Amino acid sequence: MRKIVLGLIAILMLVSLVLPATAQAKKPLKVAFVYIGPPGDLGWTYEHERGRLAAQKYFGDKIETKYIENVPEGPDAERVIRQYAIQGYDVIFTTSFGYMDPTYAVAQEFPKVIFEHCSGYKTAPNMATYFGRIEEARYLTGIIAGRMTKSNKIGYVAAFPIPEVVRGINGFTLGVRSVNPNAKVQVVWTNTWYDPVKEREAAVALLDAGCDIIAQHQDTTEPQKAAQERGKLSIGYDSDMGKFVGDTVLASAVWNWETYYIATIQNILNGTWKTHEFWGGLKDNIAKLSDLSPRVPANVRKEVEDAQKKILSGWKIFSGPIKDQSGKVVYKAGEVVPDDKQLSMDWFVEGVVGKVQ
Amino acid sequence: MKFVFEKRKSTSVPALILVPLISFAVSLVLTALLLAIFGADPFKTYAAMAVGAFGTSHGFAETLVKAIPLMMTGLGVAIAFRLKFWNIGAEGQLTLGGVAAAGVALFMERYFPGRSLLFAALFGGLLAGALWAGIPAILKTTLKVDETLVTLMMNYIAILYSEFLYYGPWRDPKGYGFPGSRMFSANAWLPRIMGRAHVGIWVGIALAIILWLVLKRTRWGFELQIIGASQKAARYQGIAVERNIILAVMLSGALCGLAGAFEITGISHRLQQGLSIGYGYTAIIVAWMSQLNPLAVPFVAIALAGLSVGGDQVQMVMGLPAAMGVVMQGLILFPMLAGSLFTEYRFLVVKPEPRAACPEPSQE
Repeated sequence: MRKIVLGLIAILMLVSLVLPATAQAKKPLKVAFVYIGPPGDLGWTYEHERGRLAAQKYFGDKIETKYIENVPEGPDAERVIRQYAIQGYDVIFTTSFGYMDPTYAVAQEFPKVIFEHCSGYKTAPNMATYFGRIEEARYLTGIIAGRMTKSNKIGYVAAFPIPEVVRGINGFTLGVRSVNPNAKVQVVWTNTWYDPVKEREAAVALLDAGCDIIAQHQDTTEPQKAAQERGKLSIGYDSDMGKFVGDTVLASAVWNWETYYIATIQNILNGTWKTHEFWGGLKDNIAKLSDLSPRVPANVRKEVEDAQKKILSGWKIFSGPIKDQSGKVVYKAGEVVPDDKQLSMDWFVEGVVGKVQ
Repeated sequence: MKFVFEKRKSTSVPALILVPLISFAVSLVLTALLLAIFGADPFKTYAAMAVGAFGTSHGFAETLVKAIPLMMTGLGVAIAFRLKFWNIGAEGQLTLGGVAAAGVALFMERYFPGRSLLFAALFGGLLAGALWAGIPAILKTTLKVDETLVTLMMNYIAILYSEFLYYGPWRDPKGYGFPGSRMFSANAWLPRIMGRAHVGIWVGIALAIILWLVLKRTRWGFELQIIGASQKAARYQGIAVERNIILAVMLSGALCGLAGAFEITGISHRLQQGLSIGYGYTAIIVAWMSQLNPLAVPFVAIALAGLSVGGDQVQMVMGLPAAMGVVMQGLILFPMLAGSLFTEYRFLVVKPEPRAACPEPSQE
């Protein structure tokens, strides 16, 4: 009898040793996303959510994804990120600049968890950064705005005075001025990523100041709607905002995270993931130009297409000569603004009205 | 038949215990209905919330992280409210306390070597909160300016001033332009006891006990009680009403300012966004739910903090939208606050008295 019991116990122990191992082989990779706004913002978070869903669809039951929305930048973010790490998530994507320090802090505590932070500059062996040169797409939208403004005043509702946003404004303005050297881009800061009311108010102020096209760098479509209500035009950002607002949105500079999310998760599944700083552009398909509104005339479309070809063939939008706001040449003809100077850009090019706070 | 609410002469002890329990049960049922509408299992959700807030050491530590500022500001608000001084300015006092603590930690290291920097920063926060609260107190006692409005408006001033500092002159030059000051030296960091929860929790609990003793056992506490009950009566007793109100409100502001200093030195280690996220307003709920009793404040603060931390789970585990967590918090708070009506008032069913007993109006 005792032998049978002992034998059973031995078998049970063996089984219990083997079972988790087999279960582990089938266990899906757990992937979490931390969002600054709700996926319903139709902008920034909307595009990340599309990327998540595309990855989930692509990998099927090989991965399990979850997200949390409306996580404020600051002390609260650290709690949320740590909570995912504790709950056994293998990969955590944090998708706002202000999550950088919290992500970094939690990454130090959980060396086995992979952290992917969007738009920052801090990395660790288990923390990578990823972002895109959306300003290349903005440059193209700038050409459209430069051609289609009548008042030569273009409004730009800007988020935070950080290099990401400054690069966008500069890229856009270079596009505008490449076809219309008389046009000015007027900047108003909201210091928000997602505050529909404030962003709308800023757009209204710019419209009151005589701007007839509104561009923007937040996560909502409110500035575009405000412009439409006044019978004015706009340039979208993040998503193809023309789909939500209408053809007054002439074109949008659009994020496309799908490719990156699928490639990164594939690397993790293959065990080939290494920390990195990904900064792709139009040619990597992470940033792209949306379809153009029917209001954009054929000759302007042609100009945009030509510029797009130029960028895809390797031309850099931050190529000299570039003047700053005072008219001083900062980069001479033939020079290109190096990446590290782009990543810390804190000055405006000629044609921007406003200042980096 | 008539229904009447009659004010209780003294708070009924069974009501004090039963009413919150019944209110809580009502809350759970209401919330369960809402969850069911959204296709979520209420029991699973509640279990996830409870585990998220109290079931793990990380969760509990995070609950304490949120409980500390709620406790400190809750105590501050409760003191002011006891005097019927409606201090809605806890948020601003907290913010300015944080700003002052950050200012000391960032720029006065040379005057306060070693660990003294932390104490200087905390004292700076406390002082700033006290002075900021002192303004509406003086306006109220000298010029009879309504304190509700003044304290509320001063919140905006304090919050905008803090934004001005971390967007402007205090912004970290190495921060790539992102708003926020540089990090303080570790000498100004408050020691942590568990996860991110810091020693502020002991200070908060100790202060709750001390305040309770002061209010119940000292002459000053007795004077405050009389002022709260009736200023006229207090004057007849020869109590310096104005001076006491100013002192008590400054004490209230000092507690809120210290809460801000704790946030800055204990959690973020820099001045940045996320300091004013509504603790000072939730403090009003904490104070009312505690019936303005300092001893009850720590418990209520921990419960409310748990509700907020557990609320994350509604998203993370149950996959419901973020707004759901907030709606649930509201649904849980509302019956609790409504229930407090029953601890202060007695609900009576009055039968109409026999007609004969009514004196008929005399007819002439």
